[in-house]
Amino acid sequence: MKAMTMTQKILAAHAGLESVAAGQLILAKTDMVLGNDITSPVAINEYKKINVKSVFDKDKIALVMDHFAPNKDIQAAQQCKLCRTFSDDNQISNFYDTGDMGVEHALLPEKGLVTSGDIVVGADSHTCTYGALGAFSTGVGSTDMACAMATGKAWFKVPSAICFNLKGKLNSYVSGKDVILHIIGMIGVSGALYKSMEFKGPGLKNLTIDDRLCMANMAIEAGAKNGIFEVDDITKTYLHSVGAKEPVVYKADKNAQYDETYDIDLSTIQSTVAFPHLPENARTFDNIPEIKIDQVVIGSCTNGRLSDLIIAAKIMKGRKVAKRVRTIIIPATQKIYLEAMELGLLKIFIDSGCAVSTPTCGPCLGGHMGILAKGERAVATTNRNFVGRMGHPESEVYLASPEVAAASAILGRIAQPLDVIKKGE
Amino acid sequence: MSVRGKVIKYGNNVDTDVIIPARYLNTTDKQQLASHCMEDIDNTFVKRVQKGDIMVAGKNFGCGSSREHAPIAIKESGISLVIAKDFARIFYRNSINIGLPIIECAEASEQINEGDEVEADFEKGIIINHTQNREYRIEPFPEFIRKIINAGGLIEAVNKGMLND
Repeated sequence: MKAMTMTQKILAAHAGLESVAAGQLILAKTDMVLGNDITSPVAINEYKKINVKSVFDKDKIALVMDHFAPNKDIQAAQQCKLCRTFSDDNQISNFYDTGDMGVEHALLPEKGLVTSGDIVVGADSHTCTYGALGAFSTGVGSTDMACAMATGKAWFKVPSAICFNLKGKLNSYVSGKDVILHIIGMIGVSGALYKSMEFKGPGLKNLTIDDRLCMANMAIEAGAKNGIFEVDDITKTYLHSVGAKEPVVYKADKNAQYDETYDIDLSTIQSTVAFPHLPENARTFDNIPEIKIDQVVIGSCTNGRLSDLIIAAKIMKGRKVAKRVRTIIIPATQKIYLEAMELGLLKIFIDSGCAVSTPTCGPCLGGHMGILAKGERAVATTNRNFVGRMGHPESEVYLASPEVAAASAILGRIAQPLDVIKKGE
Repeated sequence: MSVRGKVIKYGNNVDTDVIIPARYLNTTDKQQLASHCMEDIDNTFVKRVQKGDIMVAGKNFGCGSSREHAPIAIKESGISLVIAKDFARIFYRNSINIGLPIIECAEASEQINEGDEVEADFEKGIIINHTQNREYRIEPFPEFIRKIINAGGLIEAVNKGMLND
């Protein structure tokens, strides 16, 4: 039998095959099918054209109203209503709307809806996030979502893989976002096109689940089909804590073929910022001039988790955001929002002059809750900085970690955490 | 099947946010989506595109979001074919699933110019640039994908039982 990568093993198991090889086209069973308020309406319209009486499994579909929710306008309200009606008609177990929703890729892991070894397809490109938990998860389109809701299956071309062998430990105020921006800067926005990015090595034990979720989340920004982390005790402890199904652990064969292998020493990673208008335009602070900013956004499926808010609050505590810098904090889920409140983080943010929002994707995709005017610049912990991504086509988004975003908010320019915090803090 | 039209050309890494900006995703209406196609990088596209025109671009076309609205907007605007060096993977599968013809061809992507008259014959497997008198071979799709295309898209393929084990 041919040696397989971790991704290939999961695909083979779900296709009922003993082994698969890169390039092979397969039909695989899905453990979870996801959609949001933008992609699900298209999927629902397509689903209605399929000759089935019911969805394949009402417990294996998740619809999350997060992009333009709370409904930003009448049309967005209509789209959410269509999803709500569909969920009611089909008794979808995992329908999340304003009040219990969160940004989908922060919400599903937190609800224990994904476990190691699962196949998850989502009509959202950042579905690759769950690779952090050792699942094969990938973004698909609305028609794929419709067919997966009807049949519980999706077609895939088996990917080859790039291996990222991690060692060492991150420095203070450096996090998963810096690692993934560094990697995308290194391999480019199509550097992993059609491929898996597999993360392994002794450095894994020094990466938290939040670091991993952030890194897997941005695998798509290198063009990857999926990003996936080898499962370890950190993964298992996390899955247990959220009440996920028992993990099924797949490990790449020792002699698995990789197109490329990169060794990355985490201790060498520095605070990294991706300049407009591509995530590959990564720069470290030895190469960043003084750039004044108008807005900071801390949130999203990339960096709206509790640890992101904790570190941002640590940097902002007792300090005020710079004049004329609109700073918007968006806890990614209701649970994170509540925990941030209980930890006193929201008070720190509000005392600093930030606005704190209910969970939403909002400004990340230029939807609402913080749109940029012509010529404005934002530092955001989000995942894309394409032309017009957060508003006017002539505005600019600089992607960064929550550490850099918080420091930038305080200083009113793109800044590194050490520009703000005192030594030893 | 063959298509013929005038070329509208773009560069590398054309992302789905510029193909159809997210601010217009509050509808599933195909014509409304098409009316904003390419707006943020080329606000002349909607005015000048004619039915049958062919879009040619560089590498990683359609990168970014999974929004199917992107190939829908391109198809609805009248574009009959997209040729690129390569496609971002979700855009690639979305195009096949909804029946927007796409071809990966590095040479054609480099050599074809804006305004060229181009024809593609899928049965013969060739792209003909009538303006430059050049021909390019098309790599045939794998059989599995051909089945989806021939069925008229993934929904029809599912309804015909083609995706059963």
